[in-house]
Amino acid sequence: MIRLSILLFGIIATFVIAMFGLTIVPKFFIDEGVREPTYLTSFEITEGHRIFVREGCIYCHSKQVRPEGFGADFERGWGRASLPTDYRNLLPHNLGTMRTGPDLANIGARQPSRDWHYLNLYQPRAINEKSIMPPFPWLFEVYSERARPGRDGLSLPEQYRIPGMKVLPADEARYLATYLISLVQESTGTE
Amino acid sequence: MKKENIKPVDPGNNPSPHYSVSELDRKARFVVLFLIMSGVFWLLLGTLLALLASVKMHLPEFLGNAGWLTFGRVRPLHLNTVVYGWSSLTGAGVALWILSRLLKIPIQLRGYILVAGVIWNISLFVGSIQILAGFSRGIEWLEFPVSTMVAMVLCVIIISASVMQMIIMRNVKQLYVSVWYILAAFLWFPLLGLVSSLPVFDTPTVQAGMNWWYAHNALGLWFTPICLAAAYYFIPKVLGRPIYSYGLSLLGFWGLALFYNWNGFHHLIGSPLPTWFVTISISASVMMVIPVVVVAVNHHMTVVGSFKAVKYSPTLRFVVFAAMSYTFVSLQGSMQSLRSVNEVIHFTHFVAAHAHIGMYAFVSMMLFGACYYIIPRITLREWHSKSLIKWHFWLTAIGIIIYVGALQFIGLFQGWSMNNPDVPFTDTVTMTIPYLVARSASGILMGAGHLIFAWLLIKMVFRTSEQPAGAQVLDNIRKEFTV
Ligand code: HEC
Repeated sequence: MIRLSILLFGIIATFVIAMFGLTIVPKFFIDEGVREPTYLTSFEITEGHRIFVREGCIYCHSKQVRPEGFGADFERGWGRASLPTDYRNLLPHNLGTMRTGPDLANIGARQPSRDWHYLNLYQPRAINEKSIMPPFPWLFEVYSERARPGRDGLSLPEQYRIPGMKVLPADEARYLATYLISLVQESTGTE
Repeated sequence: MKKENIKPVDPGNNPSPHYSVSELDRKARFVVLFLIMSGVFWLLLGTLLALLASVKMHLPEFLGNAGWLTFGRVRPLHLNTVVYGWSSLTGAGVALWILSRLLKIPIQLRGYILVAGVIWNISLFVGSIQILAGFSRGIEWLEFPVSTMVAMVLCVIIISASVMQMIIMRNVKQLYVSVWYILAAFLWFPLLGLVSSLPVFDTPTVQAGMNWWYAHNALGLWFTPICLAAAYYFIPKVLGRPIYSYGLSLLGFWGLALFYNWNGFHHLIGSPLPTWFVTISISASVMMVIPVVVVAVNHHMTVVGSFKAVKYSPTLRFVVFAAMSYTFVSLQGSMQSLRSVNEVIHFTHFVAAHAHIGMYAFVSMMLFGACYYIIPRITLREWHSKSLIKWHFWLTAIGIIIYVGALQFIGLFQGWSMNNPDVPFTDTVTMTIPYLVARSASGILMGAGHLIFAWLLIKMVFRTSEQPAGAQVLDNIRKEFTV
């Protein structure tokens, strides 16, 4: 019985100590610094973040820039080293672990154009034919050329056009693009 | 359930009711079969999702218009089904059976475990549909919504209660090393699951820390102990000789408990988390070399001289393959946590392959091996075909070797190119394509192996066969559960 108690105690103690060390202690160190947002997070951005999570962009795109001198993130123009304050406190976290595609922590600075993002989301191969990013056509609506006068459809290359139709971003595409464009390190850092 | 099993037994003094092995197995039959069979169902589904995700990676237009099958939903669901479906359910079944044999006591709370198993499967279904429908929690390894996670944890707690009861009522004096590992696993996983579901990790970087603390521990504190328990049980059992050293077993166990817990943050090297946290995890990851080498030596010294048995025993073949993979993957993991190595391989396919050595070459192969030993004993039937078992082994073994070889090779180059700003990013994508195709091919091999396994299992369980044991499984189940 004594041996069993030692076993039980050891099992629980090793777990609890590390649990505190890796989950609770970081909370004390980090939370305070990120509590007070100094920037505006609009409804569109929050929704865009939700769609980003829903479509699993994170399985191909990290959102954490490594410090200068560690990897070539800085040299590739992906931004400065990420800070805990960079994330607008949007949950779930999107740090990511995979770079099948480029890091997106600072994508808004690199690609501030809405139309560019629409095109990339509707058909990534319209921008780079070698891309293996999946298309997200369900974020868009297809209308007849004559519908909605005054609104131009996406300017797709010939092979992706649907004859007699135009493609317009639906609300979800608009939110997601707003979110991506909001990912500018200068607008989310504390100072 | 029969009432007379619930008599408490003092292992020291009172003469205990003696259970014959066949009696233990008969009582284990339905519960263990149910857990293993439902695990295999999730294995097949998870394999299908894996193939989909893999093919979509080099053919991005494949089913490209179906939102619910987009890569970003299929890929996490693959992980969740194989982790919480296949590996957890089957692992629980295997662990319970091993405990019953080692403690010479029937599996306790069988009725409750059955109910828990049903609820577990239902919550997996609900969670899977939620992920496909876009309601993922969005945290790697924790994509199932919190409701599914909590339901699963409650089910595991019921099994944990059974584990505790079996240990307290045991009919042996000594607790063999496998029992330590299984006890630890069934205490650690519920704690892990509950802590990860707490709503206190409410800023992104802290949540990322929790994320990788959880994800690494799910492997290290849940699957690893169960599968090491299986290795410690089956290797001596099949060879008919004792484990090499008790002292090494002790060292290996406490080493794992001390160091594995702290490993998680090596997934966050270079992230915005304070560097010194990450450094703690790197040190702990390097320290993991100790328990890993100790376990490896212990197993190796037990097998040494009888390697030929691997040829004749399908269980041993799978188990030895898995045990060797454990050593390999753990040492590789310690290497990967070093900053200079991590700088290259982080964010590449190398890591995906590493994870598959852990969850497949180690965990899944160990579970296959365990199933090949357990199921004939609880169904009292022989496997239908020896050569199909061989096919299963070679298809899955070659499959995972191709997977790992291809992706770790190209992962290194992907990492080096990514760290060379003169290489355009697109090149780091295009260079991987042939290897991604190889991965899909390897997935077909492994999938074929799984189909063979499922076929053998179904044939064994559902067919009235010409085997000597006669009585039908279903018949026995009826006897077992008629009140
Ligand atoms: C299967 C992996 C995959 C998924 C999933 C994925 N992407 Fe991509 N993405 C890529 C790849 C690969 C590229 C880069 C193509 C190239 O340059 O070769 C890319 C490029 C991009 C770029 C341009 C980056 C730059 O620096 O120019 C943006 C923006 C982007 N993706 C956004 C998204 C969003 C938003 C989602 C989710 C809705 C998403 N991606 C999902 C693979 C993926």
